[in-house]
Amino acid sequence: MEIATPKYNMSEKPEGIEGAGFFATSLEKVVGLARKNSIWPLPFATSCCGIEFMATMGAHYDLARFGSERLSFSPRQADLLMVMGTIAKKMGPVLRQVYEQMAEPRWVLSVGACASSGGIFDTYSVLQGIDRIIPVDVYVPGCPPRPEQIIDGVMKIQELVEKESFRRRDSKEYKAMLNQYGIE
Amino acid sequence: MEVVEQEKIIGAINEKFEGQILKTEMLYDFFTITLKKDSIIDIIGHLYHHPSTQFQYLTTLCGIHYPDQKQIAMMYQLHNLVSNVQVRLKIHLPEENPTVPTLTPVFAAANWLERETYDFFGVIFQGHPNLKRILNVDEMIIFPMRKEYPLEDQTREDKNDTMFGR
Repeated sequence: MEIATPKYNMSEKPEGIEGAGFFATSLEKVVGLARKNSIWPLPFATSCCGIEFMATMGAHYDLARFGSERLSFSPRQADLLMVMGTIAKKMGPVLRQVYEQMAEPRWVLSVGACASSGGIFDTYSVLQGIDRIIPVDVYVPGCPPRPEQIIDGVMKIQELVEKESFRRRDSKEYKAMLNQYGIE
Repeated sequence: MEVVEQEKIIGAINEKFEGQILKTEMLYDFFTITLKKDSIIDIIGHLYHHPSTQFQYLTTLCGIHYPDQKQIAMMYQLHNLVSNVQVRLKIHLPEENPTVPTLTPVFAAANWLERETYDFFGVIFQGHPNLKRILNVDEMIIFPMRKEYPLEDQTREDKNDTMFGR
């Protein structure tokens, strides 16, 4: 009988030079690796997608496997803003303020049809997608998306975090992009 | 609702406000009195104190838009918690200038309800202590429950006539 070898969920080591007792790589890659596996999400849950997020954080799906078990309910310590649910126009300035209070580098995950485009709420009182007020990194479709999809979205964020260069947030392009949203 | 109860209410109104009642009807098992708009607040105050009616609880009030008649109606729903009798009072206001005195001196609960009605229908409540929008964003320039304004958000780009029949 063959005994299955246990499969550890470990990160791949970055490219580098390896030898007896040492491993050399660029600092950017090491920082990317560390950041990627310790994202602190801020859940901004306003409706049913938030319920799916509860399942995502629960034992069955368990976002902790991706190093994101520590939710930050203060925007100042959060890395990832997860917007889950319908954002009414009256909620818009609140969401924007939460985003502005987050420290760089920061990422935004838009979960579900409502956050991404307004969804079924094509009405005068609902914001037709959060990308009208804040920049979004990854969109997760679904109404609501299953926990697997939310995890997939977080993994896409992880890819972005891993590959982000140190200089990106200081770049002219990034500042111009923020200025488009009227964020200093 | 028994006819006796209906006659009690009509009698109480006619005691002091003869000729104000335009129509009485049962709408979906709910006794409804349509009144002239001039002394609606006095009538509600009168029904509050009158021993045979005692409508001392304001269930709700709201606006209704009738675009064909170019009218905005105000509806007040009152409840007598002692005898468990309810009544609906209705008045019609002109669409271009829907103005009515505030009900807040009689019922403090009318404050937020009237703000909501102002927010969605643009009815002006004269003498209201704080008449501003309550649910919608302050920057909104329309009264969204009026039929001339579209329900949909007009800035949405992913829907067009060919696909969704806008």
